[in-house]
Amino acid sequence: MTAVDRHRLSMHHSEVQVSVELQTPDMTLNLGPQHPSTHGVLRLIARVDGEVIEEVEPVIGYMHRGYEKIAEVRTYPQITALVNRIDWVSGFANEIPFMVATERLMGLDVPERAQYIRLILTEMARISSHLVFLSSFPLELGAATPLMHALRERERVLDLIEGVTGGRFHPNFNRVGGVKPAAGAGSTQKKVIQDLPIEFLEQSRQAMQYVRDVCDDLKDLVVGNEIFMERTKGIGIIPVDKALAFGVSGPNLRASGVPFDIRKTDDYLPYSNFEFDVATGENGDCFDRYTVRLEEVIQASRIIDQAIDSIPSGELQAKVPRIFKVPQGEIYVRAENPKGEMGYYIVSEGGRGPYRLKIRSASFSNLSVLPWLLQGQLVPDVIAILGSLDFVLGDVDR
Amino acid sequence: MSALFDGFWALLGLKVLVSLLVILNVALVIIFAELKISAHMQSRVGPYFAGGRYGWAQPIADGIKFIQKEDLVPRDADRPVFKLAPMVVLAGTVAVFVIVPFSPTLVVRNLDLGVFYALAAGSIATVGVLMAGWSSANKYSLMGGLRAAAQLIAYELPLVLAVVGVVIHAGTLSMSGIVEAQAEPFFHLGETAIHLPYLFQGQVIGFGIFFIAMLAELSRTPFDMPIAESELVMGYLTEYSGIRFTMFFLGEYAGMFAMSAIASSLFLGGYYFPGLDSATFGPIVLMAKVGLLVFVMIWFRWTFPRFREDQLQSFAWRWMVPLSLVNIAVTATFKVVF
Repeated sequence: MTAVDRHRLSMHHSEVQVSVELQTPDMTLNLGPQHPSTHGVLRLIARVDGEVIEEVEPVIGYMHRGYEKIAEVRTYPQITALVNRIDWVSGFANEIPFMVATERLMGLDVPERAQYIRLILTEMARISSHLVFLSSFPLELGAATPLMHALRERERVLDLIEGVTGGRFHPNFNRVGGVKPAAGAGSTQKKVIQDLPIEFLEQSRQAMQYVRDVCDDLKDLVVGNEIFMERTKGIGIIPVDKALAFGVSGPNLRASGVPFDIRKTDDYLPYSNFEFDVATGENGDCFDRYTVRLEEVIQASRIIDQAIDSIPSGELQAKVPRIFKVPQGEIYVRAENPKGEMGYYIVSEGGRGPYRLKIRSASFSNLSVLPWLLQGQLVPDVIAILGSLDFVLGDVDR
Repeated sequence: MSALFDGFWALLGLKVLVSLLVILNVALVIIFAELKISAHMQSRVGPYFAGGRYGWAQPIADGIKFIQKEDLVPRDADRPVFKLAPMVVLAGTVAVFVIVPFSPTLVVRNLDLGVFYALAAGSIATVGVLMAGWSSANKYSLMGGLRAAAQLIAYELPLVLAVVGVVIHAGTLSMSGIVEAQAEPFFHLGETAIHLPYLFQGQVIGFGIFFIAMLAELSRTPFDMPIAESELVMGYLTEYSGIRFTMFFLGEYAGMFAMSAIASSLFLGGYYFPGLDSATFGPIVLMAKVGLLVFVMIWFRWTFPRFREDQLQSFAWRWMVPLSLVNIAVTATFKVVF
């Protein structure tokens, strides 16, 4: 008797049992790692009774690339290329806290113009990341069209990022002490270098208008849709105490009503120079998580508009030798990334690379709420909740 | 023997051949319409190269591609049921066309219980879906199949009840009879006779319920939970490939054609349009009305998210069934009073 036969026999047994005793045994449903709605390679082992989830166990690690370990044998400039692959939807934003941490360890003063460029591109990364969420979340509820409309405007933002950095997803643009001269803006070897491409500021202002327009469309057509409300309001509520206990951060935390935004509390970039509101929700359900991100896109475009108006001229980089060592010390710098709080803890022994690098990624902590949150939900709601948490598996597994 | 062959069988063969050709070709046209309309709604161009111009040959190219694919049957599948299911779906859909009148004479068979037959034949397809879901030995397929079954039970009732209003109006269950009843003048304005389809003779609620129930029966958005690609991968279609998948696919679009044709005949006057000769223009008029309904269905598909299964159930039982009962009561009262 082969294993397959035995398996079939046992299936028959259970079928007989069902018909005789009218029991409905729980079914184990494997969502992922290859499933259309798990955003990559997340696997959920769900015990379902009909369509109701009894218990769910997330399995992560399929995307583990060992960045923390690799970082121990890399120099600081080399790590820049690693970190923007953590959350690939907002590659640029990942570089910032690492750079700021390194610069603080070295005691460098970053020129203001470089900081402004960093800030503009970080907010653009936020917009592009949020537009992906705002367009793919309706897709998970079965509406395919918002995807195309929002991604079209995201393309303008990505074009701008590409124009400055040379990369759409993985810019690798920051240098310790500042930013790289813009792609296509003259030889980096020569003394005369240009930083931003011609008409970048004008095009950004235009793109921000397009982004705000598409946000208005989404507000009317998605948020105002009766079926959308029906599917998201009151679904997947994360109360404040649970959100704090699980370490949920970013828009997911703000949707629960906590107005915590690292852009307001920390000074890793000159956010204090600009006016913007922290969007918060009330109930912490899928609907709030959607509207909070929608509002954040609008606020980000506001910040970019102000930054374009007030960008100072000056140097792009602080004076840093080509080969440098970072003094001994430890530091933790966190930043408000599109997905939530992203932080790097660097332990330096005085070498050219870190002795140890710990990456605190937002998606990992946000995901930890899943087993608690998904209990007792219906299968279609599971998809809605997974989508509304807006995680990226590269950010979970690192 | 030859006399028998010449008469009955030849006619039957011809009818089957012509119907199949028409239905499947219209299904291809609807597929193409869906590709193009969805593309334009999403600021895309859509099919562009196949056939040289506008990508008109895209559905045919897709069909040829599907036929070339391997016909996979999962090892644990219930083979006969698995293989039969797509045929049941397609056959059930095609069978509906028996009673659809394209003109006063152009009808495969004018049954006295036409409406009854159409609704019965229309729900055979769901049995095929359930078979597909059950026999695939796949959990997603099973859930998709069960959702389809639950949907059928919930929406068959309002579908039938919505038609009752029309039947009361027309006083007949024959489809041709119902269309002819709508061709009668509704009232006279001086010398001119005013012709109105039943939709404008007070069957607005009936039509609304019929259309919604129709969407649910066809598993079109916002009621496409049996497929729900973001949840159930592809629902009951998950394990199908090649020619069997094509049959499901054609069945879906032929089903749209069939249900739209029935809805047009019942509520929109079928082949009749005031001022046009039904005998010559009948098929064109009916196809225009079908096209309108199909467009609305495609429009819904690309603009709405989908409901949840329990929301669908409560919508059916708490709103659609009571409303259709009210519709029947009101229609019957008017019929008796006036």
